[in-house]
Amino acid sequence: MKYIDEYRDERIARALIGEISRRVTRPWVLMEICGGQTHTLMRYGIDEMLPAKIELVHGPGCPVCVTPLESIDKALQIASRPEVIFASYGDMLRVPGSHTDLLHVKAMGADVRVVYSPLEALKIARAHPERRVVFFGIGFETTAPANAMAVWQAKQEGLENFSMLVSLVLVPPAIRLLLSSVGNRVQGFIAPGHVCTVMGYWQYEALSREFRVPMVVGGFEPIDLLEAISMLISQLESGRAEVENQYARSVSREGNRPAQQMMERVFEVCDRKWRGIGPVAQSGLRLRPEFAAYDAERVFEVTEAGAAEPNECLSAQVLLGVKKPTDCPAFGHGCTPESPLGAPMVSSEGACAAYYRYRRQAVGTCEVPR
Amino acid sequence: MCLAVPGKILEMKVCEGRRVAQVQFGGITREVRLDFVPEAEVGEYVIVHVGFAISRLNAEEAEENYKLLRDMESLEGEGRAEPPPGRGGQRP
Repeated sequence: MKYIDEYRDERIARALIGEISRRVTRPWVLMEICGGQTHTLMRYGIDEMLPAKIELVHGPGCPVCVTPLESIDKALQIASRPEVIFASYGDMLRVPGSHTDLLHVKAMGADVRVVYSPLEALKIARAHPERRVVFFGIGFETTAPANAMAVWQAKQEGLENFSMLVSLVLVPPAIRLLLSSVGNRVQGFIAPGHVCTVMGYWQYEALSREFRVPMVVGGFEPIDLLEAISMLISQLESGRAEVENQYARSVSREGNRPAQQMMERVFEVCDRKWRGIGPVAQSGLRLRPEFAAYDAERVFEVTEAGAAEPNECLSAQVLLGVKKPTDCPAFGHGCTPESPLGAPMVSSEGACAAYYRYRRQAVGTCEVPR
Repeated sequence: MCLAVPGKILEMKVCEGRRVAQVQFGGITREVRLDFVPEAEVGEYVIVHVGFAISRLNAEEAEENYKLLRDMESLEGEGRAEPPPGRGGQRP
C-alpha cells in the first residue's frame, strides 16, 4: 500500500541505523509516547537493532491502559442494566475493573457490543429506539473529534436514547507530569503523530523549551521511527532542544482546525485521573453542560467508589517509563494477555502486551536482550 | 487506539448534508466521513481514524522526505560496505 510499504524498506532502515550508530557518542534515554509506536518498535525489533547506547522506554500513550479503574467500574454498572446496549472498542472488554470486566458482564447476559467507531453506536441507537445505547468514549486527542461529532450529531438528530461515557485524556499534561517527576530519565521524546495530526505540535514547543528536551513528531512505520530517533540523537549530540516534525506528510504545526473546532464545541478541559498514574490536572475532556443529556454519567447517576489497583501490578512504573514490563515479577506468570492483572497487558498498544507478544523469551532473565 | 491508516479517495457524495467518501485501503474499500477535511478531493490520500479522515496526506512532503531517505540509502550503499550492528533490518 502506498505511503506504508515504502516506510518498511529494509535498505533504508539499515542506512538509518548506520547513521544513528555513527552519530551517537553517549548514552541516551528516549521515550515514545504512543502505544502504537511501541508496538512497531517491538514488532520490527528496532530496539534490538539500535546501538546499545540508546535506550528506549515506553510512554503512557495507551488509552485503554490509562482509562481509570473508576471509569471501568462505571461502565460495568451501566452495561449491567437490562435496558442498555453498551458499545465499546474491543480492547476495553478484558480490562479488569475492581471486581470484574465487561467480557464477564457480557457472559452474564449484558448486551455489550464491540464497535470500531462511535458512528456505529449511533447506528445501533437509531435501530433500537426502545433501548438506551451507551458508547464508551475513551481515547486521546486523535479520537476526541470523532466522539465529539457523534454527540453533536445525536443532538442534531434528536436521538434521545444515545449517550456517551466519556473518558478522554490529553497528552501534553502527561508529558509535563513525566518531565517534572523525580527520577525522570527521559532525555528525548518521540511525540505522537496522530495526536499531533489533530492538535498540531505548537503545544509541545513550550514543553521542549521549558524542560530543554528535544521532541520529534514521529509516524508509525519502522522508517518513520528510525528517522525520528536519528533526528533526536542529532539534536541531543549537538546540544539542541527543539520540536521537529518527522511526520510532515500528515502533521502540521497548527493541526486540523475543523477537528479541533468540533472538539471545542462539545468538550471542555477537566482534571482527570490516569490509571496507574493518578490525578493529572487539566488532562482530560468532558462534555460541556449543554450536552448533559448525552452524558452517560448524569443520565444513569452512577456511583463512584474508590478502587485500588492490585499491589503486584507494576503498571504505574511501566506507564511512566521507569520500569520495563520484564522487570515485573508477575510478567508472563501471574499476568498474561488471557489473564491480565493490569491494563498494559490487555491492550494491543500496552507495553506489557507488546513485550509478551514479541519478547517473551526475555522472561526469566528479566533482561531484554540487545 | 490512535491507529490511523492512509487510503485513497475513490469517490465522494453528500449524504444527509455530510460529505462521505469511498476510500480504498489496499484491497478493501470503506466509507469514510470527510467532515474534518472539507477540501479533500477525489484521487487524494487521507489518513483515516475510526471512520473519519483526520488529515489530507501531504504528497509533496512525502515525496521530498522519501527522496532524502533514498539518497541517504544510496550514499550508504556506495560508501560503506560493513553491515550495521545488531540484527539488521529483518522483518518479522
